[in-house]
Amino acid sequence: MGAGHGHVLYRESDSPVHRLPPEVKIAAMVVFTIAVVATPREAFWAFGAYAVLVAAVAALARVGPRWLLSRALIELPFVLFAVALPFLGTGDRVEVLGLRLSEDGLHGAWNILAKGTLGVLASLLLAATTTTRDLIVGLDRLHCPQVLTQIATFMLRYLDVLVGEARRMRVARISRGDDPRFLWQLRGFAAGIGALFLRAFERGERVYLAMLSRGYTGRMPAVWQGEGAASAGQWLVAATVPVLAASIAATALVLS
Amino acid sequence: MQTLAMHISNGIIDGPVAAIFAALALAALTVCVLRGRRDLDDRLAPMAGLVAAFIFAVQMLNFPIFTAGVSGHLLGGALAAMLVGPWVGALCVAVVLVVQALIFGDGGVAMLGLNITNMALLGTAAAYALIALLLRVLPRTRAGLAVTAFVAAMLSVVVASQGFVLQYWLGGTTDLGGNLAGLAGTMAGVHLLIGIGEGLITATTVLTVAKVRPDLVYALRSLRAPAAPLVPVAGGVR
Repeated sequence: MGAGHGHVLYRESDSPVHRLPPEVKIAAMVVFTIAVVATPREAFWAFGAYAVLVAAVAALARVGPRWLLSRALIELPFVLFAVALPFLGTGDRVEVLGLRLSEDGLHGAWNILAKGTLGVLASLLLAATTTTRDLIVGLDRLHCPQVLTQIATFMLRYLDVLVGEARRMRVARISRGDDPRFLWQLRGFAAGIGALFLRAFERGERVYLAMLSRGYTGRMPAVWQGEGAASAGQWLVAATVPVLAASIAATALVLS
Repeated sequence: MQTLAMHISNGIIDGPVAAIFAALALAALTVCVLRGRRDLDDRLAPMAGLVAAFIFAVQMLNFPIFTAGVSGHLLGGALAAMLVGPWVGALCVAVVLVVQALIFGDGGVAMLGLNITNMALLGTAAAYALIALLLRVLPRTRAGLAVTAFVAAMLSVVVASQGFVLQYWLGGTTDLGGNLAGLAGTMAGVHLLIGIGEGLITATTVLTVAKVRPDLVYALRSLRAPAAPLVPVAGGVR
């Protein structure tokens, strides 16, 4: 079961960012994102400064720009929304390349593009440097209610169970003469989705019972909680990024 | 794995409205945590995890809405409400959204309150209200259960999509003027189609679970006479 290891976005490395405790990284990322969102959209220079911050952290974490940018394509659907805005928006119109576009819409599009991209990059950096196990330990140390961390633990654990069962059922179908191509694979999959759920549940229940019999109480082992909790120094080091971001946002707010 | 699902990302709704909805979501989730803690027993804990994993997987199926540039996807709120109840169900969807925002960059972290309100709270609440109503009205047969699951899933998706329209009306960063009604129409129309897909998946899954392990369906608990002693699951359906 891959629960203890990384997920698809995790980049194995031993950079200073990887070594920071997870709770520190989560807090830094959340504060950074809020600062970005609070920045007025006309303050173009501020977004440039945020981008420099992100690039600096990426370099420290040894995450390449190509990896980051290709993963950032996830926000594509909302970029499409941004492209539509200059045409849909109301208010003053400006001429751009012979098209009469809404000025408010153009600003809105820039707003979504800039803030969305920075947010995606920040969370990709968190994902690239933190394993799922660490993420949950971090949330737990940030006093996230235990019900939530428990559901999250099982979710991440059972994703593998679910994928594994789906693969097994597909092999079973094919070995019984089913020969799915392209979209027709969906038919067999859809017909078996209830069975998939049930099989995954019964497997997952066995995993859970095994955990219970090994002393699971609803919280991850106490060893994890104590080991490597953030020191004051680490909080200070990690605080540089959100503090810088917050001061950029404050400056932009004052200037606007 | 290339994930293309996307919730409200940073910058679409302005800060103050996002903050108000974040406070609202936090308050509602606190209630869910308090109520859900009572529900979460040895049988529901693994089920909640699996429901969350299942929702996580189906939310990656994404349908772009070309005319407005918005995309829609399956939500899973009805499935969660059906199998683990409204409280834990809302928590499951919320956990999915938090993890997606934190490590997949799917939906802005600053917009989490909005996304949780729409999908975890509105979607699950609407679904559970419908489930509670329909299970009382419809005959207690497999067909009745199927119709309940289908309708609850379909309508909950539409309700959740209208939550976004409301939020955009309150704090959209770009004034769409008269196009807001258009946005509402597009969102409702497309999510009705998505809702049909979601309804089919929810109905199939719930029917299968209800057939083999009726004890696992939360929504059926209250309607049932005290259940027969549990059959041990070891070596169940293999």
